[in-house]
Amino acid sequence: MNLGIHLDTTVNQTIIEEIKEPDIIHAIEAKDLNVFYGDFLAVREVDLVIQAQKITALIGPSGCGKSTVLRSFNRMNDLIPTARTTGEVLFHGKNIYKEGVDPVEVRKRIGMVFQKPNPFPKSIYENIAWGVHINGFKGSKSDMDNLIEQTLRSAALWDEVKDKLHDSGLSLSGGQQQRLCIARTIAIRPDIILMDEPCSALDPISTLKIEELMRDLSEEYTIIIVTHNMQQAARVSEFTAFFSLTENRAGVLMEYGLTIQLFTNPKNKITEDYITGRFG
Amino acid sequence: MYEAKNAQFPATSTDEADYMDLRSQPRIHESIIKGFLIFSGVISILTTVGIVVFLGQEALRFFTDPQVSLVEFFTGTVWQPQIYKFGILPLLSATVMSSLIAMGLAIPIGLSVAIYLSEYASQRIRSIIKPSLEILAGIPTVVLGFFALTFMTPLLRSILGNDVVQIYNVFSAGVVMGILILPLISSMTEDALHAVPNTLREGAYGLGATKLEVSTQVVLPAAISGIAAAIILGISRAIGEAMIVAIAAGAGPNFTINPFEAAETMTGHIVRISGGDISYDSLDYNSLFAIALMLFLFTLTLNILSQRIIRRFREVYE
Repeated sequence: MNLGIHLDTTVNQTIIEEIKEPDIIHAIEAKDLNVFYGDFLAVREVDLVIQAQKITALIGPSGCGKSTVLRSFNRMNDLIPTARTTGEVLFHGKNIYKEGVDPVEVRKRIGMVFQKPNPFPKSIYENIAWGVHINGFKGSKSDMDNLIEQTLRSAALWDEVKDKLHDSGLSLSGGQQQRLCIARTIAIRPDIILMDEPCSALDPISTLKIEELMRDLSEEYTIIIVTHNMQQAARVSEFTAFFSLTENRAGVLMEYGLTIQLFTNPKNKITEDYITGRFG
Repeated sequence: MYEAKNAQFPATSTDEADYMDLRSQPRIHESIIKGFLIFSGVISILTTVGIVVFLGQEALRFFTDPQVSLVEFFTGTVWQPQIYKFGILPLLSATVMSSLIAMGLAIPIGLSVAIYLSEYASQRIRSIIKPSLEILAGIPTVVLGFFALTFMTPLLRSILGNDVVQIYNVFSAGVVMGILILPLISSMTEDALHAVPNTLREGAYGLGATKLEVSTQVVLPAAISGIAAAIILGISRAIGEAMIVAIAAGAGPNFTINPFEAAETMTGHIVRISGGDISYDSLDYNSLFAIALMLFLFTLTLNILSQRIIRRFREVYE
């Protein structure tokens, strides 16, 4: 426990150093974030500042609360009846957990890609058009066609699907389905894209394609990715947050900083043990 | 018994010859139970085949009678066995009309109840609504028939006027039949909605969809085959339902499209005629089997259709 508190201060120092640099913009910030499932404290006192237009990886052993933290960034935990959140998540300086904030409006600005590809049982075209429509799209049919082509190109999927836009999204391979899910997310132009282990159900080649896509997208979008795969975190992310468990199974943020530093020169013994494969 | 067997086990394992005796052992319990299970399966097949053969035979006797013309049977608008008029249309029209009324009520309400239970209701409200639907499903149809005649009809007459609504009318029977089918449709639809994976809902919420958008534009279409199957089974139930229409719809074939008039459905006609004194092997008697065969073919087609749809629906998500 003492260890955790001690570490938090070092983490904060790292963050403060980053903030001092003028060209860095905050995308989203968790302040003293606690998430409960019923009486169980799943995530404890997380303070985390995510940089805009960068890829930040959340890593850590199973059950350390990294997905919970990710899902609290767009109020996805609201869908779990027993979940309760305290503390603040600041998005453009506004606490998204403040009373009167509509989670639907939050999610329009902070999109999400899930562990298992989950295209809607609609055509490839409709999979993208649906999200655009519910977000108040007013353009013509040809505007929509253009938007869909553009989006599919950004998601590196256009060449593979341009001749079968009206086939079911479920007819695609797993990797293609996941890129379709990324496409439908970027079609609504969110500020931030949350990715919850987006490659864990995919083969290595599809995984590399998605990672490449993420790097392309990070020029425009802030991406936060939860991953089990440390090589993946090292390959794609610029910042890494390492979560671990306290003895009463609550997830805490152990160490946060530039990925290269965290992997080559971890400040913390537990981080080092984890990234060198001694536990987790 | 069990312990005794266990006790012998180490003894056999020490003797190599005994231990390696791998010949098949007689297992009387297994054989008896297996035999019984096969017998049960065969009985259900035989019953179905028996009914079909019997229906077909008796119906054939009707159709081969010189007094009966097949064309008249399917196109005639008068059903009066006393004067050898066998046109099935008046019975068919009443059946179709009452089923349409029933489905017109049961489909929208059933779907709404299912969406509410599956997507909106809290655990507490579900635990109140689901049992009450089950109770509704358990009400004997004869009670519902009297409910139609003694509650629904007077209500209709007080609203629309005694000169518009006859005492026996298809509309009341159809409405109450809708109440009968409602639990079937809502519970099957709810199962179909429940089978839609949660990841699909999360995907939609993740795009900033509202609950209504998720329920009606993602979950409902994803469950469409299950819902179609529920609706088809509901129709098949409505067509085959006899007691409510026999009590409340009217006692006499009537070729009409006015639901407030009395008219007799196919099932209602069979109930009434077979209950009266009718001589065995008369043309009158045989005509009942012709009607029954038509009914059977209807519901069989619908059931096969729904099975097919359900199978397709399973392929998508399992």
